[in-house]
Amino acid sequence: MRRRLWIALLGLTITHHGLAETPEEKGLAIAIEAERRDSGWSDSAADMKMALRNRQGEVSERAIRIRALEVQGDGDKSLTIFDQPADVKGTAFLSYTHATRPDDQWLYLPALKRVKRIASANKSGPFMGSEFAYEDISSQEVEKYRYIYLRDETIGDEAAFVVKRIPQYKHSGYTKQIVWIDQQHYRVRRVEYYDRKSAHLKTLTLTEYKQFLDQYWRALQMDMVNHQNGKSTTLLWSNYRFREGLTERDFDRNSLKRAR
Amino acid sequence: MGHSTAARRRVLRVVVLLPVLALCVAYPGIALADGPGSHWSGYVALEFRPFFSAPLDPRQHDDNASVVAQPEWYYPWNGGRDSLTFVPFARIDQHDDERTHVDVRELTWLTARDDWELRVGIRKVFWGVAESQHLVDIINQTDLVENIDTEDKLGQPMVNLALIRDWGTVDVFLLPYFRERTFPGEEGRPRMHPRVDADLAVFESSRAERHLDLAVRWSHSAGDWDLGVSHFRGTSRDPRFISGRSGDGEPVLIPLYEQIDQTGVDAQLTRGSWLWKLETIRRSGQGDTFAAGVAGLEYTVYGVLESAADVGVVAEYLYDDRPVGTRSPFEDDLFAGLRLTLNDVDGTEALLGCIFDLGSAARLCNIEARRRLSDHWMLEFELRTFQELAENNPLYTLRQDDFAQFELAYHF
Repeated sequence: MRRRLWIALLGLTITHHGLAETPEEKGLAIAIEAERRDSGWSDSAADMKMALRNRQGEVSERAIRIRALEVQGDGDKSLTIFDQPADVKGTAFLSYTHATRPDDQWLYLPALKRVKRIASANKSGPFMGSEFAYEDISSQEVEKYRYIYLRDETIGDEAAFVVKRIPQYKHSGYTKQIVWIDQQHYRVRRVEYYDRKSAHLKTLTLTEYKQFLDQYWRALQMDMVNHQNGKSTTLLWSNYRFREGLTERDFDRNSLKRAR
Repeated sequence: MGHSTAARRRVLRVVVLLPVLALCVAYPGIALADGPGSHWSGYVALEFRPFFSAPLDPRQHDDNASVVAQPEWYYPWNGGRDSLTFVPFARIDQHDDERTHVDVRELTWLTARDDWELRVGIRKVFWGVAESQHLVDIINQTDLVENIDTEDKLGQPMVNLALIRDWGTVDVFLLPYFRERTFPGEEGRPRMHPRVDADLAVFESSRAERHLDLAVRWSHSAGDWDLGVSHFRGTSRDPRFISGRSGDGEPVLIPLYEQIDQTGVDAQLTRGSWLWKLETIRRSGQGDTFAAGVAGLEYTVYGVLESAADVGVVAEYLYDDRPVGTRSPFEDDLFAGLRLTLNDVDGTEALLGCIFDLGSAARLCNIEARRRLSDHWMLEFELRTFQELAENNPLYTLRQDDFAQFELAYHF
């Protein structure tokens, strides 16, 4: 994260606050504050189970483990290990996300023992056949979007900001997203995704928020509903751990080859 | 020149095959050891191959069935910094005695530290970037009886030290024991005619398979580039052949394993939806020094026609500058392929491709496709055809061996 720049910008927006804050300025300020509150976790690890439901209600399950490293001055690094379905067990995915330039991504294929650098233009493709696209689950940097504050609204029984954000990176499958962020903790509570024709495609609901290290909030349940195909995906997160001392070395091509 | 000991191999095959199969069947009742993170995984599969034409040799068959198992045991400790991995492999084939075989694909101790990793044991290593041919990849011997695409490998005994630096990773390999390539037996198919008699294999080194082979590789990822430079000195994994006769007087080809030096370079540039790839080698020790290479690209259209599917185009040029008669079949060829990934729940994907010989009408075409049937069951399909092969083509004797392959696998 380019924190220093953004703190400077934040100062700028706050100075302007008393005068006349435009919807763009307010939207950006909300995004910066959300990121500020989620900075400094350094590294994390968690287990994730996915339930993919089709229109007929048939369920198929996935299990993965994710490790992430916070990178100052750039997007985060992550290593994803696939445990289920059994035929992809041992497959691992290494990603260096960047705010606006393309991410660097490598895939490890255990049957061939092959590390493959893969194209990162695949932002809008489904992750493991689910209703989550790669861009939905990758690290969310402030610079990835342009923001427009829309209104205040109550979600559940909490006050929330409603912000429109427009992807600024290449190859996004969305023209816009509408995001509900609670005003007390700046947590994303709901996201509506609009496809390339600006039609409402999906809605993501984030629940079961839990706080870690007295600061960082993580949603333990994420439900994505696709309104166009009738399918849905639920992500259940567990075993969250922070500051385990992971380093760059745990996120290189050598670690990808021995990730289990 | 030393001779291989076929009898010893046969005995080993039987002695090892039975317990390995028993182990596969007995899973999950057996627990070698249990610790946090330790687990069994792997697969068993049934395979069926129909051939479309009559075989050249009446001892061969019109179709073939086979069963294969490859369990895997993983035992980590020290927070995963140390681990043991054991991957036995066994196949029982309906017709081909050579394809009925066992192997230890992996039996490795790994220890990883901040700036080095050490691996001791038997394992598989892959180098390279290309799709149609793997020229740079040289550590492991090809288990050719498994599949003629040469992507199946025998476990290689090794000591491998990786030194990890900011400017890249240097891997040093000591390879104390050589594995001979497997070749289809009398009844095996597809195969060359005359057949290769692996039992008569000849080595240039008087130490035969005990010659100590060495390899070193530098690899690095910098920005959009992934680079590798490697050198191998030792017994060629890729034999030349001598005409000869088997014990009962049948004309056969005899593999000759010479001492070679091979330098390899592989590079990939990743830009947007484009992958640009290059692999090239220079090898000495098998007659005149020669060079060979693959250069190509892969372009992918994501979410084609508003769907979730991706369509990729692969094009690679293959060359080999050896004189006619001694070179590989891919001396001036073009590979063109189409990769289809549906990105659906069933993980459906397919690769269709042909290698066209630019000097003749010859072409080799492949289809490889797979689809998940459930969380544990997977169906795979392959089709391989050998078309318009002229008499002087090194693959001429495969002309009757077009086949399809169906594999139903249970993964655990």
